[in-house]
Amino acid sequence: MTDMALSGPGRRRWQSIVYFVSAQRGILLAIAIFAVMFGLYGWKQEVGLTANIINTAANKGALLALIAMAQTIPVLTGGLDLSVGMIFLLTNCLASVIVNGDPLMTAIGIVGVLLVGLLCGTINGLIVVYGRLQPIIVTLATSAVYFGFAVVLRPQPGGSVNFELADIMTRSYFNIPVSVMVLVGVVLFVWIPYKRSILGRAAFAIGSSEQAAYMSGVPIARAKILAYALSGLLSSIAGLMLTFLTYSGAAKVQIGNDYTLNSIAAVVIGGTSLFGGVGSVIGSIFGAFVMRTVGDLLIVFDINPVLQPLFVGVVLLLAVCIGSLRLLRIKNKVDLYR
Amino acid sequence: MASATLSQFRPDRATIIAFGCSIALLLVGAIAQPSFLSIDYLVQQLQIASFLGIVATGMMLIILLGHIDLSIPWTIGVGGMMATAATGFFGAGAEWFAIPFGILCGMAVGLVNGLGVAYLRAPSMIFTLGVNAVAQGLMVYHTGGFAPQDNALPLMRELAVGRLVPGVPNPLLVWAVVGAIAVFILTRTTLGRRIYAIGNRERAVYLSGVDAKLVVLICFVISGACAAATGIMLSGWANRSYQAMGDPYLLPAIAAVVLGGANVMGGRGTYVGTVAGVVLITLLQSILSVVQPQNIFAQIGIAVSAEAVRQIAFGIVIIGMLLLYGREKAVK
Amino acid sequence: MAHGNVPLLRMESISKSYGGVRALQDVQFTAGRGRIHALLGENGAGKSTLIKILSGVVRPDTGTIEIDGKRVEFASPYAANGEGVACIFQELSLLPDLTVADNIAITNPPKRMGFIDTAEQYRFAERLLARVGGDDIHPLAPVGDLPLSRRQIVEIAKALARNPKILILDEATSALTAADVARVFAMLKQLRDEGLAIIYISHRMHEVAELADDCTVFRNGRFVESFKAGTKSDDAIVELMIGREYKNVFPDRGAKPKEAAPILKTSGLAWGNELKGIDLEVRPGEVVGLGGLDGQGQRQLLLALFGTLVGMTGSVEVAGRPVKLSGPRQAKSPDIGMALIPEDRKNEGLMLPMSVRANLSFAAMRQFSRFGIVDKTAEDKEIDEIVKLLSIKADGVDGPVAALSGGNQQKVVIGKWLMTKPRIILLNDPTRGIDVGTKQEFYQLLARLAETGVAIIYYSTDYDELVGCCDRVLVMYDGRIGRTLEGAEITEKNLVAAALNLAPGTPAPHTVQAIAGAQA
Repeated sequence: MTDMALSGPGRRRWQSIVYFVSAQRGILLAIAIFAVMFGLYGWKQEVGLTANIINTAANKGALLALIAMAQTIPVLTGGLDLSVGMIFLLTNCLASVIVNGDPLMTAIGIVGVLLVGLLCGTINGLIVVYGRLQPIIVTLATSAVYFGFAVVLRPQPGGSVNFELADIMTRSYFNIPVSVMVLVGVVLFVWIPYKRSILGRAAFAIGSSEQAAYMSGVPIARAKILAYALSGLLSSIAGLMLTFLTYSGAAKVQIGNDYTLNSIAAVVIGGTSLFGGVGSVIGSIFGAFVMRTVGDLLIVFDINPVLQPLFVGVVLLLAVCIGSLRLLRIKNKVDLYR
Repeated sequence: MASATLSQFRPDRATIIAFGCSIALLLVGAIAQPSFLSIDYLVQQLQIASFLGIVATGMMLIILLGHIDLSIPWTIGVGGMMATAATGFFGAGAEWFAIPFGILCGMAVGLVNGLGVAYLRAPSMIFTLGVNAVAQGLMVYHTGGFAPQDNALPLMRELAVGRLVPGVPNPLLVWAVVGAIAVFILTRTTLGRRIYAIGNRERAVYLSGVDAKLVVLICFVISGACAAATGIMLSGWANRSYQAMGDPYLLPAIAAVVLGGANVMGGRGTYVGTVAGVVLITLLQSILSVVQPQNIFAQIGIAVSAEAVRQIAFGIVIIGMLLLYGREKAVK
Repeated sequence: MAHGNVPLLRMESISKSYGGVRALQDVQFTAGRGRIHALLGENGAGKSTLIKILSGVVRPDTGTIEIDGKRVEFASPYAANGEGVACIFQELSLLPDLTVADNIAITNPPKRMGFIDTAEQYRFAERLLARVGGDDIHPLAPVGDLPLSRRQIVEIAKALARNPKILILDEATSALTAADVARVFAMLKQLRDEGLAIIYISHRMHEVAELADDCTVFRNGRFVESFKAGTKSDDAIVELMIGREYKNVFPDRGAKPKEAAPILKTSGLAWGNELKGIDLEVRPGEVVGLGGLDGQGQRQLLLALFGTLVGMTGSVEVAGRPVKLSGPRQAKSPDIGMALIPEDRKNEGLMLPMSVRANLSFAAMRQFSRFGIVDKTAEDKEIDEIVKLLSIKADGVDGPVAALSGGNQQKVVIGKWLMTKPRIILLNDPTRGIDVGTKQEFYQLLARLAETGVAIIYYSTDYDELVGCCDRVLVMYDGRIGRTLEGAEITEKNLVAAALNLAPGTPAPHTVQAIAGAQA
């Protein structure tokens, strides 16, 4: 063992690295799976990984990645947000109405869309906290409401969006897709500050043990409300991006449900525990890209793309089964049971 | 958090409220449209409710355990599509086997769910989600590859729209039988006791020398069978099976169970409550489509589609009722 | 104790009931600056409830709290923290998935520009850990990975991180090694000299003797007396704690059971580091106690016999036949006939929201069901019998078991297993947290069961019970059976000496007496 040879401060530093890496193992595993799959895709792709192909892949994956990030934060608190897909649709429909016109109007429109996302999330949080209801059922119900408003805004698919902006948001600059920049931006300007804030840490604390968090004087109500609010905000960013990609808004219930369910899968593949307390939106980004790359792989391997759900499902079940390896370490069978 | 409140054992408030709201809805509807109180309308509503009711029966068992079954949509699909395809697999002579075959396929899906949740101890939410995707993939493969038989057999058609007992639609009859079995299991059998006990404290169940894993497995198999049965009846109703036929049933099934007073975290809930929840949701959806509140909005100049009103009302009613039922105790 | 000026903490006329059970009745408590105040009393005396009220976890029904002469009311632990009250709970309040540093700084982390400064937090945690004797703990280690004794150190550091004016330690040293305890004590004395009020709860009398400046005794939810440490002898304090109203009365056990063939025999039971080769024999009608300090493998031994431990080695024979133990289901089957009364009745013994009936008949359901259908008449009959036998006091058997008092809940757990008609009963500290009256009934029951030929293995943390109930006591030490005491050898002195693994005949008198006194 290397760490046996070291002593004193050197050993401490080595331990720090070990602990740091071990804390990131979920993310690292997700990155590894993604790298293998995407590498395979690039290798089988006749033209190789050109900027264009990467850009297309990034645009496709970024939407799910954003929604998976949105899902991650409530999951960290030990909750769940089944309304992310519908907030995504609602903000998409809203953007197709108000993100238009001259730059100022467009900017106001964008702010409006983000505020609506934030509002939807805050409503979820308020009901969960002050209604003392289970998040799963609250967000299930609010998702119907949000979808209803999406239909109000866009009974039929249509609408438009500021074309120049949409063009910018879906291209690549310096070989980096703007959608990826958005993801990085969210990590840098939302996730990292959040994680290092009192309420962000409180989210982890609540997910780890709500009772102990309460005993430790963690502000539980505020932290939960913020977690759902941020979830709504991130979903609305995804809604904006969808509008830029499609130049329109559409309220299709199937799309919302697919995104919600796939976001949970992406969160799990990204190494976040559904029981809360452990995880990161960064893992979820890669989890989302893994889910999306499954479809790309089917194409290059000449497998009927309608089989995508089958392979996505298999990948998901495999990820879950990896988690079940912990059973082998259980020494007392009583610990298997809640 | 097993909130150990006394109220769980008082005459069930949630059930009374849910039934009360159903009646109130009917009365409100009757003001707009007097035919709401006709026997024909009510029987028709119960017939529609039967499809949801049977799915919700299986879902209720799973929720009582403290788990959830997100594979419902495509288990319904598997049931319907496999039943209609059975004659293609086994020849025209196997017509009698179509319905059992569909149910068996649904049970197989449930078996996979149960093995994953009970024995691999995977979180049910994610494992059943994965199984749903796999089932979807297999069904898509099935329809894509074989161009299968998707027309409902006469027997299935009869099951969905016929009336074996005069005046009682067959689906309602099926629901009554399924419901009676569920009530019997929950109140009179060791299995029922164990289901509630696992939802309350699985560890105590294990330490009492009871095979908790087997109970969970059995419940998922039952849930699969219920979903498949609904799929078969839906195929009879629509005269054919189709992809995504189960999609509209997942969320209403969960909502019905919860509106009936069951705790989403398990251990608490009555079958009567679930019936109340199913009836309430069915009536709500039906009445919103008949009363057309969007016309009221149209009169004041706001164009709103019927679908929008239905969804918004649906969500608000669920939350409103749950708030009415009383809240979980704060952590102390 | 008044010290001339206003005491730092004054609690007056505090009462608290839980569902009809009076936990505290009109008690008072004061603590002064720069003093260590020991709060003494038996289990159930109300100490923990008082602490929970003071730290904002529960609210009192009546009464006032003053800090520095200012009236305060705590809606939550958060509010209590804000007033300078920090508590080290018996049940650890740590967040298992977070790092040691995150845990220590959870309430008020060092910040830079509004965000948590992780580098500073690391150093902060390192400093605090060093102060409480945890410099071997890495600040980035996840708390869930630490052994219990290290977690307790983290818990202490976490409380200190809040810069408390009033620091409460509720059995905070129970899992610590002697060396750790010494360092924690040195730290506590230093904090006292810095002017903190420290409230110290411990069952170890010698710790109290070493640390405390003031003592307050509670009994049965009432305030008994406050006095300066050193003004009363240990015996007098124990007298105050137990009062005159009760003395454990143990039923007369008949002669030692005849030398029947053992019903249970193990050889070389081993499991990880916690069981290191256990050989034991238990005969029908025998009550065999497990003694020793807490955490020497007694609980693991019971779980091992019940078949829940994975990777256990060694052999077990029941009634002369070798058996392979696979779990509770097999252990309760008629050819083995084992029952385990678990330690944690709320999580392991009962389904709290379910009815008394459902709980009582749960383990024995096979006896009154056919093809999985419950015969309610047969069930009712057996339940009636068991309710009478144990005189379970409940409002009918259809109410939730959660509504019962602790003692009656424990009776339900025992009744549940008696319904399976076991031949071997494993008891894991069954009288913890139950009232005196129920304890008496329990001892009677134990004697009756033994008379009918049931073999009983009885782990208790209360030495008095081992002396009063057992035919034989196996004193465990470090995963082994250190000494076996039989008949007249079973005295508190011998139990304590054996628990500390002192050679027989050379007990260290002071420690032995102190611990024996605390256990009285």
